[in-house]
Amino acid sequence: MNLLNISGSPHVHSDESTKKIMWRVNLALVPALLVAIAYFGLNALLVSIVSVAACVLFQWLIEKFILKVPSTVCDGSAIVTGLLLAFNVPATVDMLWIVVIGALVAIGIGKMSFGGLGKNPFNPALVGRVFLLISFPVQMTTWPQVGGLFPMSLDVTTGATPLGILKEEGMAAMPQAWDLFLGHVGGSMGEVSALAILIGAIYLLCRKIISWHIPVAFIGTAFVFSGILWLINPEQFLDPLSSILAGGIMLGACFMATDMVTSPMAKSGQLIFGFGCGLLTIVIRNWGAYPEGVSFAILIMNCVTPLLNRWCKPRRFAC
Amino acid sequence: MKTFRMGGVHPEENKISNDAAIEVMPVGKQMVVLMNQHLGAPATPIVQKGDKVKVGQLIGEAQTFMCANVHSPVSGTVLKVEPCKDAFGLAKPAVYINVEGDEWMETIDRTPDIKRECTLEPKEIVAKLKEMGIVGLGGATFPAHIKYSIPEGKTAEYLIINAAECEPYLTSDYRVMMEHAEEVCIGVSILRKALGVPNAYIGIESNKPLAIKKMQETAKEFEGIIIEPLKVKYPQGAEKQLINAVTGRRVGSGKLPIDSGCVVSNLGTAFAVYEAIQKNKPLIENILTVTGKELPSQHNYIVRIGTTYNEIIAHSIGQLPETTGKVISGGTMMGKAVVNLDAPTVKGNSSVLVIGEKEAHRNPETACIRCGKCANACPMGLEPYLFSLLVKNNRVEEAKEHNILDCIECGCCFFSCPANKPLTDEIRLGKNKVRAMMAAKK
Repeated sequence: MNLLNISGSPHVHSDESTKKIMWRVNLALVPALLVAIAYFGLNALLVSIVSVAACVLFQWLIEKFILKVPSTVCDGSAIVTGLLLAFNVPATVDMLWIVVIGALVAIGIGKMSFGGLGKNPFNPALVGRVFLLISFPVQMTTWPQVGGLFPMSLDVTTGATPLGILKEEGMAAMPQAWDLFLGHVGGSMGEVSALAILIGAIYLLCRKIISWHIPVAFIGTAFVFSGILWLINPEQFLDPLSSILAGGIMLGACFMATDMVTSPMAKSGQLIFGFGCGLLTIVIRNWGAYPEGVSFAILIMNCVTPLLNRWCKPRRFAC
Repeated sequence: MKTFRMGGVHPEENKISNDAAIEVMPVGKQMVVLMNQHLGAPATPIVQKGDKVKVGQLIGEAQTFMCANVHSPVSGTVLKVEPCKDAFGLAKPAVYINVEGDEWMETIDRTPDIKRECTLEPKEIVAKLKEMGIVGLGGATFPAHIKYSIPEGKTAEYLIINAAECEPYLTSDYRVMMEHAEEVCIGVSILRKALGVPNAYIGIESNKPLAIKKMQETAKEFEGIIIEPLKVKYPQGAEKQLINAVTGRRVGSGKLPIDSGCVVSNLGTAFAVYEAIQKNKPLIENILTVTGKELPSQHNYIVRIGTTYNEIIAHSIGQLPETTGKVISGGTMMGKAVVNLDAPTVKGNSSVLVIGEKEAHRNPETACIRCGKCANACPMGLEPYLFSLLVKNNRVEEAKEHNILDCIECGCCFFSCPANKPLTDEIRLGKNKVRAMMAAKK
């Protein structure tokens, strides 16, 4: 017989792993990906593939040749970053090479420069996205318009997003909330359909990968705050339902603000984090230079996460 | 259904030896009786080489406060008195006895009749618990006579009997409830009398519906015994969590249950108390489970204390399967991996659990992704990930400030960690470092 194994207790494990968590997040992003392909056609698929492939490749290269550590690309986290980055850009042919630069910034600066998975203070996909937004303002705001279902042509008409319309043309041109919910509007790939995002989010909730605290606090705050503004002046401000359905609030609240690495660990901290994200998003939308503020709001709150981890302690059992 | 207020996990229950009735394991040829089978100082051996002993005869005497008597589990001749390695490889003073026949002390009542009446006064009960060497059988082996001598200025309001058996695999308490419900209730009544509390609460996890029914029916005939079905959640049977589930009270940091007016004993202890008080039988036997997914058969045994692990394995399953990876004394969450199978069993052993090779290996550790699952799982409301960082960087003072000493080492943090970080190990190390630091300051 072999020698006996010796270790401290416990002698069982829940069989959870980082890999399983990341692949489940990828699975949760599939409905939104399918909607994007349905509305934007092959372009959406191409941008996603290029983005994911670039993220995985850059992570592998950096780990192999710069950090010289065993590769961790199999854990699926680079794929999550790649998908989220793709979801945050317009699905146009122009983006194919730009998104590669975004992937390099997201993985190289956003993640690996801090030491890899678990050590990055900011959401890598958002770091990449904001870098692209600042560096390529024209391409990054040339949004394809949704045609019929499954357009196969690579040439698409472009136009503004609902929030862009609002900023440029005012309230009257806004699409209806129902179209926003189903995603029949212009926008970046992942922000178009709130329904597809919610399906993924519900799966993550059931799998206990995210908890309700950040999404509910984020969306709730955005709804209440924009509602107050709307009640004060419905001519100038967007109604609260359209506010939370248009733009990136759904994607941001369910998939990016809930990133485990960059959000607080305690539930109370998560509520404050979500509140801050919601508040900053509406502030930036209404008074900032950009039509959309979700990325900036989450990145700003990412900075606060270490402080929230310090302040918001779990309630002790024995005191 | 009642439960504790925070944290907890639900490992696979694996109660595969549930239906195996308690069998009596035959006595071996030689017994090794360790002198410290309890929390505290070892008992002093009062026999010498060549002495004849009977079953139940006192062979180790408690001469200090935190100590318990040790009795001979067999009859025969003392072979030698010298240290023996215990199951975890540590040398302990021990008495070796060559077994001859099975001659019991005349004072022990070996008839199967159940004796209900107990005329002893509370003080006499406690004295007899000390005489009979009763210790807590839930794992900590805390001497019972100390637990039931309530210090001045403190009052006991609740007696709680722990029959949660929340550890995976273990079924000995379950079998005792199914087969000896009446004796257990008598034991509980005696403990209730010793404390002078109106009610005793027996907490049972609701995954044992038959035991709950059986105990409820039996408890009807007794005064002041209340059965509390508890939610199936680990660590429901941890002392502080059980108190919280049953009474809603919380035991403060560094405090004892009695500070919250509670006394907690294990169900097995209640059975041992019945035998000690009503039958004059000292604590010389364990009821333990022999189990494992890869074993050909599952068992529950009454085993004389001092029987070696190898003897138990040989009698129950012949030999360990080829695929054995680990032998555990206790359950999978808090049990200890056995180092030495030639070691004798001691008071409080509850199982010989055999784990296959595959399950015995931990998965490789990966980077912490700050998911906070460890903090959510912690039933004490602590932050295991933080301790891991602080201990690694030798920031012992800060670990203490974050209440590392509150940790009950239940293992929920490591169990739920997706990065496979050995959090419980690191916290154990940290607690030792904190204790060493505090001792150095004094």
